[in-house]
Amino acid sequence: MKFGVLVFPGSNCDHDAYHVISKHVGQPVDFVWHRETDLSGYDAVIVPGGFSYGDYLRCGALAKFSPVMGAVKDFAAAGKYVFGICNGFQILCEAGMLPGALIRNRGLHFICKHVRLRVENDRTPFTSELDSGDVLSIPIAHAEGNYVCDDDTFHRLEENGQIVFRYCDEVGEITEEANPNGARSNIAGICNENGNVLGMMPHPERACEEMLGSNDGREIFRSLTKAIAAASGQWPVVSGQ
Amino acid sequence: MKAKVYVTLKPSVLDPQGKAIHHSIELLGVSGVNDVRQGKYFEMALDESLTSDDVRRIAEQIAKDVLSNPVIEDYRVEVDG
Repeated sequence: MKFGVLVFPGSNCDHDAYHVISKHVGQPVDFVWHRETDLSGYDAVIVPGGFSYGDYLRCGALAKFSPVMGAVKDFAAAGKYVFGICNGFQILCEAGMLPGALIRNRGLHFICKHVRLRVENDRTPFTSELDSGDVLSIPIAHAEGNYVCDDDTFHRLEENGQIVFRYCDEVGEITEEANPNGARSNIAGICNENGNVLGMMPHPERACEEMLGSNDGREIFRSLTKAIAAASGQWPVVSGQ
Repeated sequence: MKAKVYVTLKPSVLDPQGKAIHHSIELLGVSGVNDVRQGKYFEMALDESLTSDDVRRIAEQIAKDVLSNPVIEDYRVEVDG
């Protein structure tokens, strides 16, 4: 089992993701420079947070033209796992791998704080170790996390169970006050129809250690590891911790 | 030859930046402004040997594939010269 963490000019959560995969998930992981075009050695690819291409034009808009993104599309089409976090989520939307778009926060500010998320679908490869209704504490750090989509797309997301995480309050209620950025229907994370591509604005890789305030993010990476093991028939060799 | 591209948010998409600008206009004391929508403007210099039809075709393609996101934005192309 091997993870790849994509690196674009301006990525800045790549090392956090690498750290979590190697230390807490205990799996082999490589950085993959955005000019690479071969992902054949990997079982999962993480599109990390940051400011790819300085967020020029629109967040994630220029990263979609990086050579590696063609390979990422083929990778996802082959059923392998792609996990976009924050800017990674924006890139996957811009690349058309996830529906909708992320626009400026309702309040205009860059928001960096812990928020509560409710697990909306525990049948995805990214949430199998969680239960629907679980409330996670995971930080957000973004200025453009306001998820928008048209009504048809929204209804399709709901019907297919593609809404994976919603912003909620401490007891798991989906309220307007708990919505940090104005995202439609408090959407914090969605997956594609096949469930093998997930994008989320919050940073689970920043919530894997008690000293950082929460380790709720670990269950997402553990779920993904189990899914890879089940899909490939290879049981994970866990090292580190 | 020059192509100009205007990219604007679709009417159905809220524009928090436009709202903030509108608020500032109100603070300035200017009345009569009902709404502000923020957009983007691009100028592209294209090869002089191209016909204006070619320039329009190329600019339309760039506007569609690069400069705008069809989920949230519309674009308009103008060709000079």
